[in-house]
Amino acid sequence: MDERNFMFMFYGFAAAWLILAGYVISLVRREKVLKRQLEQLRRMLEHQEETP
Amino acid sequence: MREKILVGLAGLAGLLLVRNLYVMLLELPDEAAQGAIYRIIFFHVPAAWTAFVCFFVALVASVLYLLRKNLRYDAVAVSATEVGLAFGAVNLVTGMIWARIIWGIWWTWDARLTSMLVCWLLYAGYLMLRRAVEDPTLRARFAAVFSIFAFVDVPIVWFSIKWWRTQHPGPVVWGGGSMDPAMYQMLFLNWVPVLLLGAVLTLLRMRLEETQRAVEALRQFR
Repeated sequence: MDERNFMFMFYGFAAAWLILAGYVISLVRREKVLKRQLEQLRRMLEHQEETP
Repeated sequence: MREKILVGLAGLAGLLLVRNLYVMLLELPDEAAQGAIYRIIFFHVPAAWTAFVCFFVALVASVLYLLRKNLRYDAVAVSATEVGLAFGAVNLVTGMIWARIIWGIWWTWDARLTSMLVCWLLYAGYLMLRRAVEDPTLRARFAAVFSIFAFVDVPIVWFSIKWWRTQHPGPVVWGGGSMDPAMYQMLFLNWVPVLLLGAVLTLLRMRLEETQRAVEALRQFR
């Protein structure tokens, strides 16, 4: 019982950090995608302005 | 400047968490009836409080958006809601793991657990609603109204253990329950870094929202 009790405490701690780490990873990935899109759109608009 | 504040807050949260983990794992004794597993309370409860603070921030920002029609408030509302959902998930999952040992079951449909799950689903619905509406102004208005409606569930979650007999224990804080002073102190001491982490994540999510808006603005010029 004691060992299982201790194991589940660590499962709880690990679950808490995994959820938050997963959320941070999703934020970083979304930011990367958006920055790429932003750069592409800027380049596209610059190209449109240059061509008569 | 904003970057430095973010790094500073995250660093402070990290330091406090390491210190608190040391105290809760190596200095605080096991609880007489529950053994080691009671330590889940130091993340389970602060996660719920942080989620509620986030939902309250979303409520205030939503009301301000409806009054002033400034999309910045909408950005605050969506950022706080998303971070609140992450902390709400931490609360629900750590609660289930704790329940498996103490109650012998992962889940029960009592008033506290059910109202918290409904709260989480409502705010998940808020994010789904935002995806369904393309026009930013309309999306912000619908989302603000929905957020105000969703917040009604927060006091129900909070008071459910006072209003109804639940499998979930009664309130330890602000409600007549008792706890060893050292454990009680750690509960609040660990809320500080968890709340700081919530603030850092909200600020990061707001930066993402700003980039999203810049992309949407440029798409209109295309």
